[in-house]
Amino acid sequence: MEKKIRVLVAKVGLDGHDRGAKVVARFLRDAGFEVIYTGLHRTPQEVAMAAVEEDVDVIGISLHSGAHMTLVPKVLNYIREYGGNPDELVVLVGGIVPEDEFDELKTKGVDGIFIPGTPISEIVDFINQKVKEKRNKA
Amino acid sequence: MENEDVRKKREEWDRKCLKPFLEKSGERQEKFENLSWIEIDRIYDPSDIEHINFIDDIGYPGDYPFTRGVYPTMYRGRFWTMRQFSGFGAAEDTNQRWKLLLKEGQTGLSTAFDFPTLMGLDSDDPLSDGEVGKVGVAIDTLKDFEILFDGIPLDRVSTSFTINPPAGIILAMYTAIGDAQGVPRDQLRGTIQNDMLKEFHAQNTLVLPPEPSVKIITDIFEWGVENVPKFNLISISGYHIREAGSTAVQELAFTIADGMAYVEAAIERGIDIDKLSPQLSFFFNSHNDFFEEIAKFRAARRMWAKIMRDEYGAKNPRSWWLKFHTQTAGCSLTAQQPLNNVVRTTIQAMAAVLGGTQSLHTNSFDEAWALPSEEAVRVALRTQQIIAYESGIPSTIDPLGGSYYVEWLTDKVERLAWDYIERIRKMGEGSMLRGVLAGIENGFFVKEITNAAARFQREVEENKRIIVGVNKFTIEEKLKIPILKVDPEVQRKQIERLRRIKAERDNVAVKEALDWLRSAAENNENVMPPILEAVKAYASVGEIMGVLKEVYGTYKKPIII
Repeated sequence: MEKKIRVLVAKVGLDGHDRGAKVVARFLRDAGFEVIYTGLHRTPQEVAMAAVEEDVDVIGISLHSGAHMTLVPKVLNYIREYGGNPDELVVLVGGIVPEDEFDELKTKGVDGIFIPGTPISEIVDFINQKVKEKRNKA
Repeated sequence: MENEDVRKKREEWDRKCLKPFLEKSGERQEKFENLSWIEIDRIYDPSDIEHINFIDDIGYPGDYPFTRGVYPTMYRGRFWTMRQFSGFGAAEDTNQRWKLLLKEGQTGLSTAFDFPTLMGLDSDDPLSDGEVGKVGVAIDTLKDFEILFDGIPLDRVSTSFTINPPAGIILAMYTAIGDAQGVPRDQLRGTIQNDMLKEFHAQNTLVLPPEPSVKIITDIFEWGVENVPKFNLISISGYHIREAGSTAVQELAFTIADGMAYVEAAIERGIDIDKLSPQLSFFFNSHNDFFEEIAKFRAARRMWAKIMRDEYGAKNPRSWWLKFHTQTAGCSLTAQQPLNNVVRTTIQAMAAVLGGTQSLHTNSFDEAWALPSEEAVRVALRTQQIIAYESGIPSTIDPLGGSYYVEWLTDKVERLAWDYIERIRKMGEGSMLRGVLAGIENGFFVKEITNAAARFQREVEENKRIIVGVNKFTIEEKLKIPILKVDPEVQRKQIERLRRIKAERDNVAVKEALDWLRSAAENNENVMPPILEAVKAYASVGEIMGVLKEVYGTYKKPIII
């Protein structure tokens, strides 16, 4: 049997809006993934360390603070620093992200961006497909 | 009309009129539920409200139990305060936006702070990187406040501050600006949110543990009733509870429960509640379910009046008032087809006005994407102005009072909220203060809210709840609305300013004030006098919060999914 997909749902930075992260975490768990939720107010270092230690396939970072351009690349850099490879991970960002910043985030290593109103089934399908692609490449 | 006659007529209508019609063509759904999953009947008539007494339960505005409003003339006297929450970048940027809003006819100011300020951190803290000036204005020292209020006379505006762990610091800064402008302290008007309990339930701006948080809030009450008697010392907030996914009933119940907890803390301290009550205010959400929101506002006033008069024995009728600010529901806004949000906001704003709000913030249509642009803010403010000047709604008081449905629903929402309050009281063995603290400790509030959020999302996923433009009537679209960008230089400039202030200020005076604060905190004295002293010496928000963290410790929220 194929290894269960492991997902880290992370809140990074000072933003306390956790409704989205928690609802997504619960639904991903119900969809059969192994889900680890970091809890609130994690530093980029803490999130990166959790991603490496938990050996996850997917990292979903939730932000409603407008700080995504600073904090998301920081998380990915620390993952590299701690011996992980962010290119092998499926990196997702969810929350308030202006559309004109999607491309820049993607060039920085983000695979998918999910704004408010995204059906969670869409996130599930995206994860299944992307993890398969990345596992095949590895 | 006798109820017996009504029942007879109803029975006849059911049999002769309704039943044959239903047999021919059924209804859209088997069951109709509102946003709180309260089942809604096909029609309401006098028999549904026969247990409600006009004089005791509804009555007249400005009179107990205030179901219809706290003022006898309501909006015939003056409109609600149109108060748009705003702030971004450095103090200069926000000062400019405020002046624009005042020019556009806004009648009160409302401050959004950035995350570092909200969490009591300075702009140069490593944790602040990337967050300075992003979701609100960055405030490090009194210097920033001086710039923020440049050209804004404090005796002529009232200013609201959405701030919680550092609320005392911000109140001290406002007082210091007033002192510098020569405005007597008893003329300062405004509001600090200062409601930590709901932070633990929902909003998560968490620094100190629950008990010291309540202690400091009580300090602010004690200091505030003597020093700034026209300032609202707390805004007991349901807004964030609702945004985190609660139902309207939970929002109402938990907010009232928190309010009771604060009043009990004040009584324990020996504060005269008749003196404190006029300085308490509330803050609610207004969501899409139009009638439920109106019912919620009406029920809130009635409950608070009963609580203050009968439970806590407040003597002055003024102490029985529940006055509140409303913000339309941010969580109801969609990123998809953003202009539709203007309509949602209009419905929600109308509910707030029909529910008798004292002030109102209408969200901008672009807020599922970013902070609002100037154009979007203008439309949001115009929405209020159209309701005020064109709709005719404000011409009569509580126009929905007496509606069978609205009265039934007001009563229903109130009963369900009381059930929650009794559960919380039980957790506290009779004390609401202990009950709320216990509910924070055992995860009661978080579980209730999270379960409601998940249930709602499940129904959206299954298309049982329709969100227009999201799971029905969708289109392929490219975003065309302009998005506000915060100057990326803000962080660097803010850090530079903070360094300069720290170099130029009298550092001996800062140290003395901070030492005084430490000793006050350690000896269980009121922390407000030393905080004011520290603020005036240009101690930073991070330095002042730092002392409180040293003494009281910090709080990490348990993880509950």
